Amino acid sequence: MTHKHGFPRGKTAIVGAATFGIGRCPGVAAVDMAAQASLIALADAGLTLADVDAVYTSAPYEALGGMELVEYLGLQPKVTDCNRTGGSAFEVYVQQAALALDAGLIDCALIAYGSNPASVPPKAVGMTRPSPWEAPYQPLAPISSYALAASRHMHLYGTTREHLAEVAVAARRWAQLNPEAAVRDPLSIDDVLGARMVSDPLSVRDCCLFNDGAAAIVMVRADRARHCRKAPIAVLGAAHAVTHREISGMPDLTVTGAARSGAQAYAQAKVRPRDIDLVMLYDAFTITPILFLEDLGFCPKGEGGRFVADGAIAPGGRLAVNTNGGGLSCVHPGMYGLFLLVEAVRQLRGEAGERQIPDAHLALAHGNGGVLSSQATVVLGTAATV
Amino acid sequence: MLHPEEEWRAHLAQGRFMIQRSRSTGRHVFHPRVAEPGTGAQDLDWVEASGQGWVHAVTVVRKKDPAESYNVVLVDLAEGPRLMSRVVDIAADTVRIGMAVRARIDILGDQPTLVFVPA
Repeated sequence: MTHKHGFPRGKTAIVGAATFGIGRCPGVAAVDMAAQASLIALADAGLTLADVDAVYTSAPYEALGGMELVEYLGLQPKVTDCNRTGGSAFEVYVQQAALALDAGLIDCALIAYGSNPASVPPKAVGMTRPSPWEAPYQPLAPISSYALAASRHMHLYGTTREHLAEVAVAARRWAQLNPEAAVRDPLSIDDVLGARMVSDPLSVRDCCLFNDGAAAIVMVRADRARHCRKAPIAVLGAAHAVTHREISGMPDLTVTGAARSGAQAYAQAKVRPRDIDLVMLYDAFTITPILFLEDLGFCPKGEGGRFVADGAIAPGGRLAVNTNGGGLSCVHPGMYGLFLLVEAVRQLRGEAGERQIPDAHLALAHGNGGVLSSQATVVLGTAATV
Repeated sequence: MLHPEEEWRAHLAQGRFMIQRSRSTGRHVFHPRVAEPGTGAQDLDWVEASGQGWVHAVTVVRKKDPAESYNVVLVDLAEGPRLMSRVVDIAADTVRIGMAVRARIDILGDQPTLVFVPA
């Protein structure tokens, strides 16, 4: 094996990052948004379309979506990938792009996504076939699956609805510091507890947004990254784990594949959880950051609810989590994983404005796909960490 | 070869709740497959499930009219596998984790469907 733990630590970097159209982006197609974000990210890097020779993208509602963006941008890539691991796809793309760059297969990877379900409601038929083993019972997809996992966590560990509400309130308080965040009005624990119940124990305020948004990042090898426009953000580790597809197939409802992907990514990056300055966790529902804080080693199994209590992950708390406002209060257009990476880059570059956390050198971005099914962890760092 | 879903539904339509068991490993399998997960064992027989189980996790899907709210549960079968279902014949929001339940075949929509009742 060429690299320890199978990953080229610090050999590649993110050199461009962008978001576009967060909140409402009417009158255009999803691919228009992905293309727009791509061009902003390339300009951010000081690169052009002519530099791009690999495209990684997940288009909504389009089985052959990878090729749509390639044609749109007029590219002739050597690698085109459109994986099917849901919201975690973009963390997986970082892993795959790093390997392809390090091998010399490609020289410049564009990872892009756009979706505007708020402005252009998706057709009733989605991308997934209903499970014949679950659909007859009419679980709300996907919320009931997360609710089942939450019920189990509450039963085993004494996690409460107040703990879940802490996650939503912390996200909102970060969103209030982010001018790009879509929802910034005040939100209290009582607001969450009193909100309309959707699938017990989750209320409508325990659920992420379903709004518009696009994002893109650009990756190159470290030697070239030094000559890009902005300080490169090194990719130190990236690991992926899939444990099931449907919630009835999840081996343990309170332990996600993040336990595996996180351990591997830390080993690749040669860092420990306590070294991490910024933690970006896929917050599709309020239970997910609680599970990931445990599985990624920020607190013992079962303690996630108590860990987030008393504003511990809100601005001024003990750990900076989801500083953009997360899927709960900033943006969630169906697949959120790329926005985690963009926020991590902005914080590590010191570009996060009012929500900037001090001395940020190491960031973790953790993507989730399906119903806790696919887990992918990326560790990023400033040049000083390589 | 096995026709997992088709055979399972045919049994259900005849009033039988069948699961699979591997002759070589002795382990039970649900949902039905052509091979046991993990081992790949293909020596799967259909056996009648005991119908005994326990509620492993529960959610209540809330509707505007509370009378239309319903639960969705994961049940651990006595034989080992876990599956999604509903607990019926009881108020939707009174189902608790750990509750003993028993399988029954009801017509949901127009399909014979496996549900559970309090044991």
